[in-house]
Amino acid sequence: MKAKARTIRSILWAIIALTVMSSCNQQKDEENISSKAVHMKVDSRPVKAELTAPPFVPKPVGNRAPQKLIVDMEIIEEEGDLADGVRYVFWTFGGTVPGSFIRGRVGDVVEFTLKNHPDNKLPHNIDLHAVTGQGGGAEASFVAPGQQKTFKFKLINPGLYVYHCATAPVGMHIANGMYGLILVEPVGGLPPVDREYYVMQGDFYTKGKHGDPGLQPFDMQKAYDEHADYVLFNGKVGALTGDGRLTAKVGETVRLFVGNGGPNLVSSFHVIGEIFDKVYIEGGSATNYNVQTTLIPAGGAAIVEFKVEVPSNLILVDHALFRTFNKGALGVLEVTGEENPVVFEGEVLEGIYQPEGPTIQKVPVETVAEAPAKVLTKEEKMELGKKVYNTSCFACHLPNGEGLANAFPPLAKSDYLNKNVDKAIDIVLRGLSGEITVNGQKYNSQMPAQVLSDQEVASVLTFIYNSWGNNGTEFTEEQVRAKR
Amino acid sequence: MLMRVSDYRLFVAFLAIGLPVSAQQEIARVEGGRFLPMYGSVKEQMVEIKTFEMDKKPVTNSEFLAFVKENPKWRKSKVPRLFADEAYLKNWQSDLSFSQAIANAPVTNVSWFAAKAYCECQGKRLPTTNEWEFAAMAGYKQPDERKDSLYTARILAAYETPKTYLKAVGQNQPNYWGIYDLNELVWEWTSDFASIMISGENRDQDQRSLFCGAGSQNATDLMNYAAFMRYAFRNSIQAKFTITNLGFRCVKSADPAM
Repeated sequence: MKAKARTIRSILWAIIALTVMSSCNQQKDEENISSKAVHMKVDSRPVKAELTAPPFVPKPVGNRAPQKLIVDMEIIEEEGDLADGVRYVFWTFGGTVPGSFIRGRVGDVVEFTLKNHPDNKLPHNIDLHAVTGQGGGAEASFVAPGQQKTFKFKLINPGLYVYHCATAPVGMHIANGMYGLILVEPVGGLPPVDREYYVMQGDFYTKGKHGDPGLQPFDMQKAYDEHADYVLFNGKVGALTGDGRLTAKVGETVRLFVGNGGPNLVSSFHVIGEIFDKVYIEGGSATNYNVQTTLIPAGGAAIVEFKVEVPSNLILVDHALFRTFNKGALGVLEVTGEENPVVFEGEVLEGIYQPEGPTIQKVPVETVAEAPAKVLTKEEKMELGKKVYNTSCFACHLPNGEGLANAFPPLAKSDYLNKNVDKAIDIVLRGLSGEITVNGQKYNSQMPAQVLSDQEVASVLTFIYNSWGNNGTEFTEEQVRAKR
Repeated sequence: MLMRVSDYRLFVAFLAIGLPVSAQQEIARVEGGRFLPMYGSVKEQMVEIKTFEMDKKPVTNSEFLAFVKENPKWRKSKVPRLFADEAYLKNWQSDLSFSQAIANAPVTNVSWFAAKAYCECQGKRLPTTNEWEFAAMAGYKQPDERKDSLYTARILAAYETPKTYLKAVGQNQPNYWGIYDLNELVWEWTSDFASIMISGENRDQDQRSLFCGAGSQNATDLMNYAAFMRYAFRNSIQAKFTITNLGFRCVKSADPAM
């Protein structure tokens, strides 16, 4: 009896020990991947690496064996748009901010040629965080204008890595746009998904304030003080909105490779209206599930994946939200397809909340009861309208009706408003979606219906039409009631 | 027979036309002094600069043309690859011609060897890095304006402006010494541009000192981003390199009797 119990106990112990050991082994596998990768054989025939401009990424590596990858990258200093009407001299890897996306697998040998265009004024180099060795290649790739350098390295750790220029003054080279991502896929590749995109955040420092037009030089003092004028996805206000928006269809799984070039700010990356099903934390091998917001350090990255279940415009933001609403860190992923009320049914009922009453009285939208109110003078409408504006409208259209390029149309000096006086009430009552053109710019976003009384609607419209250079139309409660 | 005064003047004018254009380069006197350069001084010791004379403007394409006319071995088709790479005088159409639009623009795509030879032909030499930095730390009003944030901002803005190598020399405001375009148009060769890189056993340490976090280890003035950029540039080049944005000017030690 005793002996039997002892045997069972020892078997149990053996099982426990084995389980513990095998999990130790698994962990060791992750930890030792780099020493294994060092000895991986490489097909001797070199293959030219596919490089892509953001927001696109090269084809997945799939099941292929390690190979010799030839990467050719050109550094170009050139003037471009930081926002509509705002110009900036960007320093770029491959002509874009962020630079070209590089994709390989663990065990690949990379022969990297860095070319510094002859018209450039400065020497540059590249520090790839995926490289094990002096400065991530910084010294080996240090190259004068009109010259090129080739250096070689082996990818021994899987993950999503930042690369950047590391020439003095390093902060300035990065602030001017010199960063990008290199993905090192694990053995066998990442699991296939339906869509993959490349998004990278960066902070910019300009002589003028946010939105000041014309060519804006880099402001060293602001960079030193870490007072960013722009915080951007993919190097431009609106790079990922309007025609630049990302797209997906209901039912697809989307994978975003998200980097942060900095130089100064850490990103609280979030997608409004979505939950990340899976996050490769900091771009490494550990995964987390069901995440709302993931932190992306300056000089770091993350891979986020989610299945899109319902049609809507998902908004990519840095959830340090002044960066989103005031400094440009905003992108759109448009999801199209069939509604799925099981997942999201939208607004079902609207009600009047009476804290003093015994129950919440629910009434359908059409029959919202209006308490009779005295007729307001224009001055009173202006006063009330301003209050309404500052609670219901300003978050998107901004305090002076200036709007946000490519996302929220301006209300100030708005040709669209001034020629659509009749439609204005409808827009406030029922919202507006679809493409419109305002002051020559196309907008394609969604404004929700506003829950306001007739008096408030008439007042806020009167306020808007009598401010910021608009045509001075005055609205009455009767007009609003007629449109209900 | 004695010449009359007016004849004498004519004679001088004739001589002047006969000389290479470059000999007419105006010079500015830079009074010597002591200063602390960003890199290269031993244990942060002040460096002494003796009074010298510097060309007021960078050497132009026209001036360099006069030089290659007289010295055929520095023509595009003749220069050995050892002394100048393939891009030597890239913007010139042939050995002796270039677009008139760049006649008064600084000559660029010249190697260190060519620049040195040019200065020697004028009885001058290339400035040392310390001399160059000493002259360039002058603002409009003071011989050393490095602590003035506007000074640095102005230089950074100039460094960021593209295609300045195509502009004519002498159009910008001169500095305290009366010198033009030290920062506005092109980088300039110095005689010892490589000295920080190849100073014996310090080589590794000094070379790395311009990368990543180490960029600030050896520097004396962390806010002088413009100087960081110049030292990084000098560190990236070799004597035979010829670069679109790199030209030069000459200096001469001042006559001690003056």
